[in-house]
Amino acid sequence: MLLYILKRLGLAVLVALTVSALSFSLLFMAGDPAISIAGENAAAEDIAAITERYGFDRPVLVQYADWLVSAARGDLGRSWYFDLPTTEIIGDRLGVTMTLGLLAICFALLLAIPMGVAAAVKPNSLIDRAALFISVVGQAIPSFWFGLILIVVFSIKLGLVPASGSSSWKHFILPTVVLGYYATPAIMRLTRAGMLEVLSADYIRTARAKGLAPRKVLFKHALRNAIIPVISLAAVQMGFMLGGSIVVESIFALHGAGYLAWESISRNDLPVMQALILVFSMFYILFTFLADVLNAWMDPRLRVG
Amino acid sequence: MTDPILSIRNLTVDLPKGGDRPHAVEGLSLEIMPKEIVCIVGESGSGKSITAFTTMGLLPKALVPSSGEITFDGRDLLKLTPAEHSKLRGRRMAMIFQEPMSALNPCYTVGNQIEEMFEQHTSLPAAERRARTIRLLDEVKLPDPERIYSSYPHQLSGGQRQRIVIAMALALDPALLIADEPTTALDLSTQAQILHLLKELREKHSAGIMFVTHDFDVVAEIADRVVVMQHGRIVEQGSAEEVLNRPRHPYTRLLIDAVPRRTRVARDSLEGSAEMLRVAGLEKTYHVKGSMFRPGRTVHACKDVGFAVRRGETLGIVGESGSGKSTLVKCLIRLEDPDAGQVWVEGEDIAAYSRRALHPYRKMIQIVFQDPYGSLNPRRTIGDQLVEGPVNFGGDRAEAMARARELMKIVRLDPDALNRYPNQFSGGQRQRICIARALMVEPKVLIADEAVSALDVSVQKEVLKLLNEIRDRMGLTVLFITHDLRVAAQVCDNLIVMQQGEIVERGSVDQVFGTPSHAYTQKLLAAQPGQDWEVPDVSKLPPATGVMGMGGLA
Repeated sequence: MLLYILKRLGLAVLVALTVSALSFSLLFMAGDPAISIAGENAAAEDIAAITERYGFDRPVLVQYADWLVSAARGDLGRSWYFDLPTTEIIGDRLGVTMTLGLLAICFALLLAIPMGVAAAVKPNSLIDRAALFISVVGQAIPSFWFGLILIVVFSIKLGLVPASGSSSWKHFILPTVVLGYYATPAIMRLTRAGMLEVLSADYIRTARAKGLAPRKVLFKHALRNAIIPVISLAAVQMGFMLGGSIVVESIFALHGAGYLAWESISRNDLPVMQALILVFSMFYILFTFLADVLNAWMDPRLRVG
Repeated sequence: MTDPILSIRNLTVDLPKGGDRPHAVEGLSLEIMPKEIVCIVGESGSGKSITAFTTMGLLPKALVPSSGEITFDGRDLLKLTPAEHSKLRGRRMAMIFQEPMSALNPCYTVGNQIEEMFEQHTSLPAAERRARTIRLLDEVKLPDPERIYSSYPHQLSGGQRQRIVIAMALALDPALLIADEPTTALDLSTQAQILHLLKELREKHSAGIMFVTHDFDVVAEIADRVVVMQHGRIVEQGSAEEVLNRPRHPYTRLLIDAVPRRTRVARDSLEGSAEMLRVAGLEKTYHVKGSMFRPGRTVHACKDVGFAVRRGETLGIVGESGSGKSTLVKCLIRLEDPDAGQVWVEGEDIAAYSRRALHPYRKMIQIVFQDPYGSLNPRRTIGDQLVEGPVNFGGDRAEAMARARELMKIVRLDPDALNRYPNQFSGGQRQRICIARALMVEPKVLIADEAVSALDVSVQKEVLKLLNEIRDRMGLTVLFITHDLRVAAQVCDNLIVMQQGEIVERGSVDQVFGTPSHAYTQKLLAAQPGQDWEVPDVSKLPPATGVMGMGGLA
């Protein structure tokens, strides 16, 4: 098990390094960064001064190494727009996004797994049809529209929850539902397909032949095998939710990291974008790593040779 | 006289409407006594497994028992609720399955899976559950029970896994043990051990055993009483001695007559035939790639393999799983490249030919695989699949079609069936189509890789006969790969025996079977089930009666 974790960790570090190199090179893809900072019509002296100050004239590899070292120390450069450390800006916003992401994935899992299991236990039954309907709708409705509908019904008409902001837990209810519902269909369908396959496996027949209680057959023997691919999918969805929650954050005026990314793009604030990409990727890598470890813990074939 | 453990009366199980027959099992009656092994024999589709599953209450939802009764422990099993039936399972009746590789949950240790029996059905404390589990592992003769206890299924071999399933079944000393083809997926020597184990356990545990099988050798080895089924009905039942030696029903006679004899059909001498295929010094090693943390492993699948086959000869290659026979075949048809050695086909060494140079030689050696269901593309017609070979070698499509029609006649299928799809044929018919497919490109050498192993005995007999006929008619050289010694004895001229990648014994069939020199061959021969049973000559028995034999019930 330890070997497996070390191996996965090594891989994660390699991926992280690759991502960091890509996100660093972003700075140079948009043309001469000194011109970007100084503005389109800046004088040649200003550009030279900026080049001098940021060290853009040094070899790229040296700059990358330099940047990597400071990144490791927690220094991801300063925002061109606010002239503040990017880590400070992102740190303020990340809390909201993480809260939303975690709530949404929990919502999605709590909705999708029981429905997927119920649908698989009685395929083509009413429950199965209902689950299919819910997942098709979830896949088809754009989240901005679904979000607006929820606001109209629950905030404006019924006045149950606030429509925008992030000052209390109530503010997170609607965004969680919208973002979580978006992730539900894939997880539910995978759970259903996995359960259907596992339930017809020989070892389930063995479990029944042992006279085990149906609950035990279903949850101990079937679900554990069916859930393994779902864990990997959930990790990917979670990573996606962090970076991809821009739409939902905008609708509910949650000032999270996704919203910040959108703002930074329109402000051409490269250091913040760069730092956000790095942070999102690191979380992505972290979730994938955790999913791998969890999978290995669940499936002995992965950890014992 | 003691009461039977299980008594089935007039059981009928309905098939879903629209099937080829209305009942999976019809009017079935049988009894099992304590310490008695009753073998239910029949070919695929005879309803023998359905009988077992009905008793266990594990029928698929589509099948419904519609009448009759199954008396067990003084109760009618068909009248129990699912929950009540579930309480009997594991505690009073237990089952052993055919496929040990997939019968255990990969996520839990085997110790945990055996202990579950005690958890579910008893209130023993944890320490006692564990102690009993270890004792069971010891009883089914698994080495080092402590280590096995905490092993996962994928760390154990097929034979070991089957022992785990047996240990599980015995955990609570059930009165009835149902074994559904428990040794079919196992090697000969493992099968012998498991059969021996079951016989021993019957003595110790006083359970009655319902043993479902298609193999008459296994029946001869283990049965006290035999029930023969065909199309969901019992056609004959009686003591093993009676049914095996003096079968009365025509169907039983047909089945027993289809069991390959251990003696070979006499053939013309092969003296003077030209050499067709010669293999020398063939080597193949697989490297299992290591990783940063684990050293790689090397498997020597073929070690200095060499033999020669003449035109018209059938050479049998016999060995258990892992003996290297499949690797040898793959190297011969160059699906794998041998590491060293020569393969001469009519004097040309093709072992080191490039893919391009090899092309014309591909059609010289053709192969028929074990699984007739997986070998044909389900979405293309038989005709398309047959003409593909010759067309690929630049032949004319119409000519190829004509040949396909002719070959269909040779394998005794209707030439008009060429525009049908594989799922419209039975397993035996598909295997004949596979043989026709191999013959389409007029090969010199035909490799039959376990080509009859998946077939019912009566079908097997037909296909073997067909292979022999085609060989004689077309002057084919046949390499016959098998694990079944009876079949090998019947169709082969010469044999080689492989073990761990090496040829350990070679010679004519009579030499290898009569005076085996290598310890492994001797072990293999000794492991054959039912050796004391001399297959009766059915033609010399008194005329058959269609009346159901009730010997066991009288």
